[in-house]
Amino acid sequence: MNYYSIRAIYLFEMARTWRTVLQSVATPVISTSLYFVVFGSAIGSRMVEIDGVSYGAFIIPGLIMLTLLMQSISNASFGIYMPKFSGTIYEVLSAPISYAEIVIGYVGAAATKSIILGVIILITARFFVDYHIDHPIWMFSFLVLTSITFSFLGFVIGIWADGFEKLQIVPMMIVTPLVFLGGTFYSIDMLPPFWQGVTLLNPVVYLVSGFRWSFYGLSDVHIAVSVAMTFGFLAVFLTLVWWIFKTGYKLKS
Amino acid sequence: MASIIEIQNLNKTYDSGFQALKHIDLDIHQGEIFALLGPNGAGKTTLISIICGIVNPTSGMVRADGYDILSEYRQARSKIGLVPQELSTDAFETVWATVNFSRGLFGKAPNPEHIEKVLRDLSLWEKRDSKIMMLSGGMKRRVMIAKALSHEPKILFLDEPTAGVDVELRREMWQMVRGLREQGVTIILTTHYIEEAEEMADRIGVINKGELMLVEGKTSLMQKLGKKELRLALREPLDAVPADLNDHSLALSEDGYELVYSFDSQQEHTGISELLRKLGEQGIDYKDLRTRESSLEDIFVNLVHSNDDTVAG
Ligand SMILES: Nc1ncnc2c1ncn2[C@@H]1O[C@H](COP(=O)(O)OP(=O)(O)OP(=O)(O)O)[C@@H](O)[C@H]1O
Ligand SMILES: [Mg+2]
Repeated sequence: MNYYSIRAIYLFEMARTWRTVLQSVATPVISTSLYFVVFGSAIGSRMVEIDGVSYGAFIIPGLIMLTLLMQSISNASFGIYMPKFSGTIYEVLSAPISYAEIVIGYVGAAATKSIILGVIILITARFFVDYHIDHPIWMFSFLVLTSITFSFLGFVIGIWADGFEKLQIVPMMIVTPLVFLGGTFYSIDMLPPFWQGVTLLNPVVYLVSGFRWSFYGLSDVHIAVSVAMTFGFLAVFLTLVWWIFKTGYKLKS
Repeated sequence: MASIIEIQNLNKTYDSGFQALKHIDLDIHQGEIFALLGPNGAGKTTLISIICGIVNPTSGMVRADGYDILSEYRQARSKIGLVPQELSTDAFETVWATVNFSRGLFGKAPNPEHIEKVLRDLSLWEKRDSKIMMLSGGMKRRVMIAKALSHEPKILFLDEPTAGVDVELRREMWQMVRGLREQGVTIILTTHYIEEAEEMADRIGVINKGELMLVEGKTSLMQKLGKKELRLALREPLDAVPADLNDHSLALSEDGYELVYSFDSQQEHTGISELLRKLGEQGIDYKDLRTRESSLEDIFVNLVHSNDDTVAG
């Protein structure tokens, strides 16, 4: 392992985060907090509890999951897209560094940022909503694993994208709807049976369900299924990354 | 002399089907300055990019400092610094941060003293805290050189280092390159300017359409390139070259209005004054005269059209 090389990429990426702290940290925290204000404090008090959990508390895991997915994807995709766009990728490609090390640097930094954001949002939520965490270790493990997994996806998207709009497509057009329809705002058994079945095709359901279980012990699907699905995602994205480097897809001619 | 880069039968065909390099065999000697000359699209950047690991070779073998660039890429690449043709730098980073980043990226422990020396040598020390986007183009190019030197490479590639650089800075760069050579760094540069190759290089390779046309020591090549022509526009046309001027290598244009004298500009005695004096004695009057140096272009044309034996090695 080439420690200095990984460290260089990692610190470079983290420096980019701190340089743009307003956009990269403040914006997601504020926008998520708006949900807590509206659904937690304002409307939430008029909503019925779901399985004994107040509505404001119920939506917290889903909203954090939304932030983790969006941020992991956009950080990692931006991180590798920018050097491709500006041409500075030449330096990374000419460095005595393996593909695995490149990925660890970029994905590690993107995941770190998501984890930090997730924790900040969790703390912020406390100001608006009363919630508790039944299984803190599980909760944190899900947080970390999801951040890493979707940073891999972001990396793949960053390599694939050949324009800024393509960077936006996946988070905006795919991830956001899937999260909103994936049981963030409601429990799946509140849906008619047919739509319950359809919803189970949405992979994000398993992530939200598992994460919520770590908070309140409530889940739409068994926790083991959620864990398996998370690792399933990880396996798929890792395979994609491996394939990209094996073929030099869009990186080397 | 020991080779620091060995290239054997290197070929590159891009995905588009275009063959950019054809059977390149080349040895770069330890400690030399090697200039790669060639017209646009000749394959210079492709060749450099393959050696540096940015482009995949289609077939062939390249070793840098004895290490295969594919199977031993870590050892090979850590010996190499690259200043690419395109000016691509980060924008928001400071000079200091970006140069230290490069050193780390190449797997070296931090060494602020070395970075300071590099920045001072390149007159960038005053600018170390400036954001790169605030720098001029010439400064950015020097930042890229500083990045390439940050990890103390044994081999330095400069892909058109002086494109778009003013005369003064160009001289400074040449000075810097010579200094590096004195420290034992092997330098490979590409250029369109024959003057630059003449000034800098120990050996010169000419590449055209993906083929290495010749590799030769500068001195012997410059003798070939050193041909000059003196063209005299005559007031009155001549029928033939006057008999007693025949010992000069003179040619007459078809209309008889132009007398062309070829000479070797490297020689102490070019014979020009003697020729002009004789013309005066003969009463041959001329209204204009100009000299023309055989350009790189001419050399290419000659190389492509004549069945020149390609000298390699
Ligand atoms: N990625 C690519 N895909 C297809 N063809 C390419 C690619 N990169 C370069 N080429 C082609 O390969 C040939 C050699 O290009 P190269 O950049 O090596 O030339 P060069 O000698 O560096 O030229 P210049 O003096 O203009 O920099 C050109 O015809 C170019 O169009
Ligand atoms: Mg070029």
